[in-house]
Amino acid sequence: MKRSLVPYCVTAAILVFFYLPILVLVVNSFNTSRFGGSWEGFSLVWYSRLLNHREIWHALTNSLVIAVSSSIVSVLLGTTAALALHRYATRLQKAHYMLIYTPLIMPEILMGISMLLFFIAAGMQLGLFTIFLAHVTFCISFVAMVVLGRLQDFDFSIIEAAQDLGANWWQATWKVLVPLLMPGLVAGGLLAFTLSIDDFVITFFVAGPGSTTLPIRIYSMIKHGSPPLINALSTILLAVTFAAVYISQHLLEDKT
Amino acid sequence: MTPARARLNEILVTLPSAGWLAVLFVVPALIVVAISFKPTDPLGGAGAGWTLDTLKSLGNPNYPAILWRTLWLSITTTALCILLATPVGYCLARLEKKWRQMVLLLVVVPFWTSFLIRIFAWKMLLHPEGIIKQALAGLGIVSPETPLLYNQWAVLLVMVYTFLPFAILPVYAAAEKFDFRLIEAARDLGARRFQDFCRVFLPGIRRGLFTALLIVFIPALGSYVIPDIVGGPGAEMLGNKIAQRVFVDRNLPHACALSLLLILAVLLPLTAVLALQGAREKARPIIEEGA
Repeated sequence: MKRSLVPYCVTAAILVFFYLPILVLVVNSFNTSRFGGSWEGFSLVWYSRLLNHREIWHALTNSLVIAVSSSIVSVLLGTTAALALHRYATRLQKAHYMLIYTPLIMPEILMGISMLLFFIAAGMQLGLFTIFLAHVTFCISFVAMVVLGRLQDFDFSIIEAAQDLGANWWQATWKVLVPLLMPGLVAGGLLAFTLSIDDFVITFFVAGPGSTTLPIRIYSMIKHGSPPLINALSTILLAVTFAAVYISQHLLEDKT
Repeated sequence: MTPARARLNEILVTLPSAGWLAVLFVVPALIVVAISFKPTDPLGGAGAGWTLDTLKSLGNPNYPAILWRTLWLSITTTALCILLATPVGYCLARLEKKWRQMVLLLVVVPFWTSFLIRIFAWKMLLHPEGIIKQALAGLGIVSPETPLLYNQWAVLLVMVYTFLPFAILPVYAAAEKFDFRLIEAARDLGARRFQDFCRVFLPGIRRGLFTALLIVFIPALGSYVIPDIVGGPGAEMLGNKIAQRVFVDRNLPHACALSLLLILAVLLPLTAVLALQGAREKARPIIEEGA
């Protein structure tokens, strides 16, 4: 059967469309020219300036602290949520599911403004703690969905078997359930970490003075700063991302 | 286990997540609704008493234009994303396994890179001294004075760029399950090349197309960063106005009223698509039985 080549050409063109901007950005991070319209020679000057940019490192530290803490808490809450949703089929769980599902479709800006108003109404000081609360709130649903997906093909008779063999509830949970669910927990945690470390909109609303995260720093650099510095920073972040994808891909291949 | 004990267990497992979301998601949403019925106090906060004036002020000439722009940009973005995602999904589903995984990975990786950086990359490309502008001007396609940045077209371009991977994944997921022998059957029955695509493949991946529609359209409506960075004052969307009311000319009741408008804009297509999908799912067995 003859197949049309059009879809293949479209796909190739879209991949070029996806990667061209990123490629230009990476190339320009080594360009002496400030705006990158023309090539004015190779240099690492932007990278060395970046290394001495204290604010960026401070923002990165904030981002990491928030991403790690909020992914741990959201894995705990998301997993209990998934277990409840999977185990029980009651009216309570229908409402619970709605509660978990709605944040997934709520535009970020609405979550941002609503939590800002809540923190103001509660008289809370805006800062790292409010960012942490906000990040946990939008990560719970994503973690719950990932873990719920894992639970679909989980055999609960294993837990009953463990209990029949004399394990108490605590042992059955920590020695049987958690290890078996580990891939789901790790996947959920990584997703939460990625979402948290990259979040700009919600963070922008609930951040206070002195609680700048990396995306907020990048945003203010885009607005007012020097473009080549962002090119260099982006290249480093892209390299980290690609390395992470590459490593996780290899780990997956080894397992299957 | 007694029923009472089972019930207690259920509540204990449900409480942590439900409690957290009730306090930090539901209560804040209710606050937004409540404040949009409040008058503005001199500091831009919510004043005492209740009023409909804040909501009525949405009718003033500025807002319908912005609402309209938000809608057309989101609708066009969604249409373009689905238009481009469909051939990609088709292509991915037909590729050999080894190639498929590689192309899929290439589609997904932009997901994992910072959202802000991808927008910034386009800002640099479209910049008057950026390479796209220079190339187009050099080829004589645009005059050197035509600005590529800070207009609605730049916003549309970057929105499609940002949301396209979100559309490709559900379309691909549906195309992967599609039975391509149906296309062969349609060909044998005399369908022409484009006919089989439109009348067999597209209905076959309908669910994926619906998902892609929602997954692009809803966040597109709430866009804030893209028009903020590559759009100018003439390309503002609803999200920009909300942020402006919060951070620039502080007026929280107004920001809340605009948020309410955005919630409405999200809920209407959402319920429409879900209802349509529900109706179709219910109708399907009857059609299949009849056929």
